[in-house]
Amino acid sequence: MNEFASSQVAIEVIYLIASALFILSLKWMSSPTTARHGVWAGELGMLLAIGGTLLHGGIVDYKWIAIALVLGTIIGVPLGRVQMTAVPQRTALSHAFGALCVTLVGTAEFYLRSPNISRFMMSVLSMEVILGSLTFTGSLMAAGKLQEVLPQRPLTYRGQNLVNFLLLAVAVVIAVYLVLHPEARQLYPVMLAIALAFGVLLVIPIGGADMPTVISLLNAYAGLSAAAMGFVLNNKLLIVAGALDGSSGLILSVIMSKAMNRSFTNVLFGAFGQVQASAAAGQELKTVRGATPEEAAAILTAANKVVVVPGYGMAVAQAQHKVRELYDALSKRGVDVRFAIHPVAGRMPGHMNVLLAEADIPYDRLMDMDDINGDFPQTDVALVIGANDVTNPAARNDTSSPIYGMPILDVDKAHTVMVIKRGMSPGFAGIDNPLYYLDNTLMLFGDAKAFVGSIVRELTGTGGHG
Amino acid sequence: MNSTVLINSLFIFMLAGFIGFEVIRRVSPLLHTPLMSLTNALDAIAVVGAIVLVGEHKSTFSAVLGTIAVVAATSNIVGGFFITDRMLKMFKASRPASKP
Repeated sequence: MNEFASSQVAIEVIYLIASALFILSLKWMSSPTTARHGVWAGELGMLLAIGGTLLHGGIVDYKWIAIALVLGTIIGVPLGRVQMTAVPQRTALSHAFGALCVTLVGTAEFYLRSPNISRFMMSVLSMEVILGSLTFTGSLMAAGKLQEVLPQRPLTYRGQNLVNFLLLAVAVVIAVYLVLHPEARQLYPVMLAIALAFGVLLVIPIGGADMPTVISLLNAYAGLSAAAMGFVLNNKLLIVAGALDGSSGLILSVIMSKAMNRSFTNVLFGAFGQVQASAAAGQELKTVRGATPEEAAAILTAANKVVVVPGYGMAVAQAQHKVRELYDALSKRGVDVRFAIHPVAGRMPGHMNVLLAEADIPYDRLMDMDDINGDFPQTDVALVIGANDVTNPAARNDTSSPIYGMPILDVDKAHTVMVIKRGMSPGFAGIDNPLYYLDNTLMLFGDAKAFVGSIVRELTGTGGHG
Repeated sequence: MNSTVLINSLFIFMLAGFIGFEVIRRVSPLLHTPLMSLTNALDAIAVVGAIVLVGEHKSTFSAVLGTIAVVAATSNIVGGFFITDRMLKMFKASRPASKP
């Protein structure tokens, strides 16, 4: 017994060190110069924690632990090697895996302990399992939508919110009943099934453009369910890690919601697609001015300051490497080129930065919306590539617009705006963009990758002559 | 679980929540994607609960659920740290040499 107690103390000390390493790990993420230390601190903390856990006195069977660790590694390695464009669905999938782990452990603990479960224990266990299972199915749905296995369009029907609300209410009522009567084991699978179904129904009405918020929110749920698991197992390291993950997800959700000028409830219960359908109607025909790659190259060469505004369309067209060539060619001519990144550009928080960093664009050229918006009036050319709604001036001045109030990049204030676009079709949200009809706007019609490539050829070609 | 343990756990949860909030607020939007994959890997620390569940082998049911849970969490740990480091390696500052 004494030996058991001392190994328990050793484990607690190791968990203490691991907790400190986890906090340091996140602290070092504050800057790109120290961020990789953060990963190493996290890895060290994780190794220590797993190693310490194996000292646990109650462990009698190591074989299946080893098999599971090896299997997990075999699955994890390819998940760590996915393309950068696929990172959002990978992240959603890993939220699902994390939530699956939490749900399974919670379920096993329930059947091992019931009916001898204190009310407090059953409360946190229900929270763990309900949050875990809705995060599991919700994240799988989100991953499916992002991978385009499932339709990206929001699926809505009448009374959807009422159905969702009632489902969640029933799950909570069952949870309360189980808290009072933990011997009613037959009710546990019902609660589990409802929470799983709720996760699916929660994400069904959410469209692709809202994915950054949803992924962040699911991240917060995954963290909170892990923290609840820490309460159930009385494991302080788990509480710390869950709280860190939960607050991270929450902060990102708030940033994403603000960037879209929408509340959580609006994202979760609003089904974005519906609002726009009516607003897109009633547009009269207006004229736009087009330009060729030669003209675009000439304007860019004459500029001193250029700001590139990339959107998800750039990533879809796989144009980021051509954009890097454009950046190189213009920088060589002494043009100051920067990139303006809207918080919701891409399919998850910070996605666009990763895509541009992958294309070897230095991170000090990537500017946050708040840092660059004041500079547009002094910008000679704003080049919009595959972005639409985040540049729509209607968000600033048209109170009838469905995106009114959403913070946007003020590209219309630049001397010249050039927009690379396939055609005049409205963007993801189906809203017309008055930017395209401004006097200082030139439309560059074509595929983003091909068009940027043509501009680069013009720039490097003329460079050779002169 | 007695109330002292509960209060201790709540204290830890509250403090960790505040620390998380303060630390993560300072993370540049530049690194929000790697931040999410890193917190995801750290969150997979839930694996320790699953490992104990498998190791104690209190019932076949719990051992089977635990094994699946260890697989799921381990894949998050390995994949999460791996991809975070891959992403962070891509973030380079501009050097004078890149603009001859």
